Amino acid sequence: MRRALFAVSGTVVGLVLLLSFKTHPAAVSTPPAAIGTPQAGGGAAPSATPSPSSAPSSAGGSGGSGGSGGSSGSGAAKTITGEAAQTRYGPVQVQITVSGGTVTNVTAVDYPQTEPRDIQINSFAIPQLNQEATAAKSTNIDIVSGATYTSQGYIQSLQSALDRAGL
Amino acid sequence: MTVPMTVSMTVPMTVPMTVPPSARTVRVEPCMGTVFSFDIRDPGDWTGAVADVVAWLHRVDRIFSTYRPDSDVSRLQRREIRLADADLLVAEVLDRCADLEIATGGHFSARRDGRIDPTGLVKGWAVEAASRRLRAHGAADHAVNGGGDVQLAGEPEPGREWTVGVADPHRPGRILATVRGRDLAVATSGTAERGAHVLDPFTGRPVTHLASATVTGPDLSTVDAYATAAFVLGRSALPWVDGLPGYAALLVDLDGRQHASAAWPG
Repeated sequence: MRRALFAVSGTVVGLVLLLSFKTHPAAVSTPPAAIGTPQAGGGAAPSATPSPSSAPSSAGGSGGSGGSGGSSGSGAAKTITGEAAQTRYGPVQVQITVSGGTVTNVTAVDYPQTEPRDIQINSFAIPQLNQEATAAKSTNIDIVSGATYTSQGYIQSLQSALDRAGL
Repeated sequence: MTVPMTVSMTVPMTVPMTVPPSARTVRVEPCMGTVFSFDIRDPGDWTGAVADVVAWLHRVDRIFSTYRPDSDVSRLQRREIRLADADLLVAEVLDRCADLEIATGGHFSARRDGRIDPTGLVKGWAVEAASRRLRAHGAADHAVNGGGDVQLAGEPEPGREWTVGVADPHRPGRILATVRGRDLAVATSGTAERGAHVLDPFTGRPVTHLASATVTGPDLSTVDAYATAAFVLGRSALPWVDGLPGYAALLVDLDGRQHASAAWPG
């Protein structure tokens, strides 16, 4: 179990966009009940109206708004919560469950949900990301070609899900 | 010319992702306004090799980025330096651009508004070169993905070909076709991620008659330019690609219909 956890947190260093884990053995966070449950305190509010941008961003500078990472778990399964990553729609925070060295679930625990467009995006894109990661694995897709995504677009891409599966 | 395609994409949701320990070396690196993914299947520790390739990619970005005022290409565009004063890689890429402009009948071009702008080729060229650098480090079986443009080397596991999913331009996060192969390059040009950003070199106007154009072939720098040209050409790209041995194309129109060239391997 410790080995799997270490593997995740070690390789995630390169994945600064999405999953910058800090594993605090002492910190225990309660997993959220379900996707769609608003976070207490409205922490998911985006700072501005979403505005798609075609300009490359300084991707390395994104991420890390609040959301100090933590891990919790008991028995076989371990849940790891990444730091919030800033996207063009607002902060996105992802939680993965590792069981016996296997990533068994990827869940967005925090994502923009105030603007109507946010709700449309998230009710569609974020649950689907998890489904597609699973589907791609079951059909043995190794890699994805598509129109060039921005750094932000990568976060919601199937490629990012495949990359996480390999972490 | 239009070949009806059979696409199988079942979506069972119950299979957990399994991660065989140390079977893959995966590294993700933001660069050039997008994200590069490295997936090495050879056993071993590739940390140093990937670090070398990543450092090289950032060097390429510093030389070619039109978003950096101090890049060689930005300074060339402002005529502050001559080509002979720029990094040697600039002349190499501009030579490739000139060859590819001829090969595509002008439908791919690195000139815009009278200025040179190799941005449309740099990423695909850099991914191909990154793959060559990984090979030189000894990684025979790997995949490099630069923002959706893919160069594959070897195979993902002994006896199995790489399987590349082609993103559905109308349904984010979904796959509409797969391509299998070894030592294969796949590039897609389209509007799904960044809107109508591809300009027709002849009219200067954004291309909006297709949702996406995907081209496969042996080397990504060529495939990348061909995908751009195919996107600009629209349906007439199919007879053009049919005349290019080793290359194949899949077009997705605005209604979601797929049109494949005769050699499309899907």
